[in-house]
Amino acid sequence: MTVIQTSTTPVPDERGYFGEFGGRFVPETLIPALDELTAAYHVAMADPAFRQELAQLQATYTGRPTPISYAKRLSEHLGGAQIYLKREDLAHTGAHKINNALGQALLAQRMGKRRVVAETGAGQHGVASATASALLGLECHVYMGSVDIARQQPNVFRMKLLGAEVIPVESGSKTLKDAINEAIRDWVTNVRDTFYLLGSALGPHPYPMMVRDFQSVIGLEARRQIVEMAGRLPDACVACVGGGSNAIGLFHAFRDDENVDLIGVEAGGRGLEGGEHAARFADPNLGRPGVLHGTRSFVMQDADGQIVNTHSVSAGLDYASVGPEHSYLRAQERAYYTYATDEEALAAFQTLCQLEGIIPALESSHAVAEVIKRAPGMPKDSIILVNLSGRGDKDLDTVMRELGLNG
Amino acid sequence: MAETIRVFGIKALAAMFSRAKEESRAAFLPYFPVGYPTYDASLDAIQAMAEVGVDGFEIGVPFSDPLADGPTIQAATQVALENGITVSKCLDAVRTLRGRGVIQPMLLMSYLNPLLAYGLERFAADARAAGADGVIVPDLPPEEAEAWSEICRGAGLATVFFLAPTSDSRRIELVNRHVTGFIYVVSLTGVTGARADLPPDLTGFITRVRALADKPLVLGFGISTPEQARTMNGLVDGFIVGSALVKAGRDGAGPVGALAARLREAVNV
Repeated sequence: MTVIQTSTTPVPDERGYFGEFGGRFVPETLIPALDELTAAYHVAMADPAFRQELAQLQATYTGRPTPISYAKRLSEHLGGAQIYLKREDLAHTGAHKINNALGQALLAQRMGKRRVVAETGAGQHGVASATASALLGLECHVYMGSVDIARQQPNVFRMKLLGAEVIPVESGSKTLKDAINEAIRDWVTNVRDTFYLLGSALGPHPYPMMVRDFQSVIGLEARRQIVEMAGRLPDACVACVGGGSNAIGLFHAFRDDENVDLIGVEAGGRGLEGGEHAARFADPNLGRPGVLHGTRSFVMQDADGQIVNTHSVSAGLDYASVGPEHSYLRAQERAYYTYATDEEALAAFQTLCQLEGIIPALESSHAVAEVIKRAPGMPKDSIILVNLSGRGDKDLDTVMRELGLNG
Repeated sequence: MAETIRVFGIKALAAMFSRAKEESRAAFLPYFPVGYPTYDASLDAIQAMAEVGVDGFEIGVPFSDPLADGPTIQAATQVALENGITVSKCLDAVRTLRGRGVIQPMLLMSYLNPLLAYGLERFAADARAAGADGVIVPDLPPEEAEAWSEICRGAGLATVFFLAPTSDSRRIELVNRHVTGFIYVVSLTGVTGARADLPPDLTGFITRVRALADKPLVLGFGISTPEQARTMNGLVDGFIVGSALVKAGRDGAGPVGALAARLREAVNV
């Protein structure tokens, strides 16, 4: 695939645009809050004390750097590229979400906002937000669709144990999209004393930039680690893409490495034909540029601009839009996006369990599924780096049900 | 032909505000969504309000993800979507209402994405042709609306932007520069929906806006009773009532017209 230089002009611009994507499409009430947040974020990031506090927490609390593991048996099994896993599943709380949650919670504390609201799909961001709030003594309210509450029970229980209030959302499709709507409505109402701890690289500026920056630790570590372990940069980086925070966190450090392919994997659900998926880029019938949740990006919508219900076996990828920087990287042909179906993700889940002794999150299993398709066709001396964004304990019920192992 | 020629767009809104001003009162602009509880019933409700002499309308286009709206309007617009209401159908509604003799200014209220899907230029042209006077887009702040403002200017449609209690002086001036219809002043930090009391610092907020803005101010969010409506005189140039009328709309056009009549009478001096 073509790879072109993209970072000569840094993105986003001062209005939050990544090319034609991004921006700020929110009610007026929130614009001053976003201005305040943007200013506070820039000041914090320019303050060595803030960066040091975050780095300290990453090292002593999250357990960073997370390692990369050489997936020897999986590589041999596939017979092509050598596969390395970036082990975000080993981060505290079991997923990459903690990287962003700690960064934003520290910022909330610095801004004097004691009340935090968050949305969650799979529950990983909710757990990370509840964790960071407990650590820093913030009051945490998590909005979660009732469909997701039913399929991610262990995470609901964890959030409650951590002292967060979990608020079920019954509107719309009762999944992540609706949880974001409710979190935004809460923020509009309580904007003066509330910090919205948004969990993915989406939403109005500065969130896509801020979340990317807090997640970029993944790629910064992985780039150094793969050179140490394999002696050179990978040929491809692969990550799953829901909102796209783990993917952008991995890709960001490699953006100028022209020979490294960046591959995002969306949720193909039950296949593209029936529209039951969350493959915003892969299905031109439903995925088109539009505006949802404050940002211009690819959005799954009907001909009349109504947002359609999405489907994925993994709650974390079950979302109608995608972070604007992914739309930009795709338009620039710097990153390439494909999809894995529910079935392929479930198969990959089992393969990784059996060959590597790692139970991956269903979200991350989509990235593994792409590796299973791609690696056999690549030379034996080529290298794929996969972001194993989270662990799969939360998904055991779903997997057992899907595989018919219940009872 | 002695029939008065109706003025359109920005001029229609200006005429509405000057008439209300002559009568020393605030203009009353009810909100009602197309398609709730059914398409026909929503048109009947709007017509009933027109007949009791409301000053103008905010005609709601349903959207799947109305993030500035509270539970009442969320539920009603969801019903409208289930009733198959599209942007085109909303434009038909305006055309039909004009045909039935509704002469008051009508502004379409839509979130941005349905308009993007329809095509902004096409929408502006079709809205104007249907007889609409302006458009309100709650998730489109002026910073993002350069192209949209240009399109509306070309089509002769009035633009409306919002101010909230969180808006500072710079934003008040920015919004004042951009609107051609009126400034939609959000009474409180929050979503749409009836409230028992309006915020205590409302007068201070409006005074702050007035000091920097010369465009008409229309207050919305939280206003539901004739008592609250009465306090709008002398405070703002107009006010919007939505959720309370939508609630009344569940029981048909009669209760909507009756509540609108009481709200309209409340501002008579």
